[in-house]
Amino acid sequence: MASGILIRSKTSNGVTLVRASMKHPMETGQRKDSKTGEKIPAHFIQVATFELNGKVIFIANLGPAVSKNPYISFKFKGGNKDDTIKLSWVDNKGKSESGEGKIS
Amino acid sequence: MKRRLFLKGTLAGSAIAVAVSAGMLIPRTVLAAWPKSGFEAKSLGDAMNTMYGAGAPGSSDKLKINAPEIAEVAVEVRITVDAQFDDLESVSIIVEKNPSPLTAHFEIPPGTLGEISTRVKMAQTSNVIAVAKAGGKIYSVQKEVKVTVGGCGG
Repeated sequence: MASGILIRSKTSNGVTLVRASMKHPMETGQRKDSKTGEKIPAHFIQVATFELNGKVIFIANLGPAVSKNPYISFKFKGGNKDDTIKLSWVDNKGKSESGEGKIS
Repeated sequence: MKRRLFLKGTLAGSAIAVAVSAGMLIPRTVLAAWPKSGFEAKSLGDAMNTMYGAGAPGSSDKLKINAPEIAEVAVEVRITVDAQFDDLESVSIIVEKNPSPLTAHFEIPPGTLGEISTRVKMAQTSNVIAVAKAGGKIYSVQKEVKVTVGGCGG
């Protein structure tokens, strides 16, 4: 995982908790550069998709008001130790990144 | 005759393809489409209308929101939604007084639970609203979060 994506997931009693963070500036487009006085263009993750062994289990559509380096957690039924959770995001500039983590 | 049927089928097929690419039909679980108009809405009413249509959402004890009373760090406010519906379809987090109120919209495929947590930025003291769609019905719950500028507890 060379990317800025960190996924930690843990399963117990048939329910898996997924906690993920993504390195991203999440610029709102409202801030001004303190030196030039110009607005800093919006730059934020729009869609983060979570998959379990290739099946989509959660889709997070984000706006620029989600905090810098977004953190998201959710739970799903099922999931076994060593199953792979994959997270892929795409931002408003069309840049994308993905990362994986195994369930512990 | 067969050729005509074939042509008809092809035309209908391409019309659907055009509709999908234009965003008129959104097969959400298949093709994730970021809800642009919802995120660009400038008021709570517009955001709700765009995402969920007209009509007031109901309340339910199956929908809870957890947020701090006072946000000490307004750029990192932890919001947790707990939506305990069996037929949950989606959950939205809305910060009423932000310039663009819709903050996050989560799509929940079957088997995924509605216990979701994230961190958001708040421009000022505001109601934070969790909206859940379950079984075709819309529910909401809100909590006021106070934002103290300067962090002096004023």
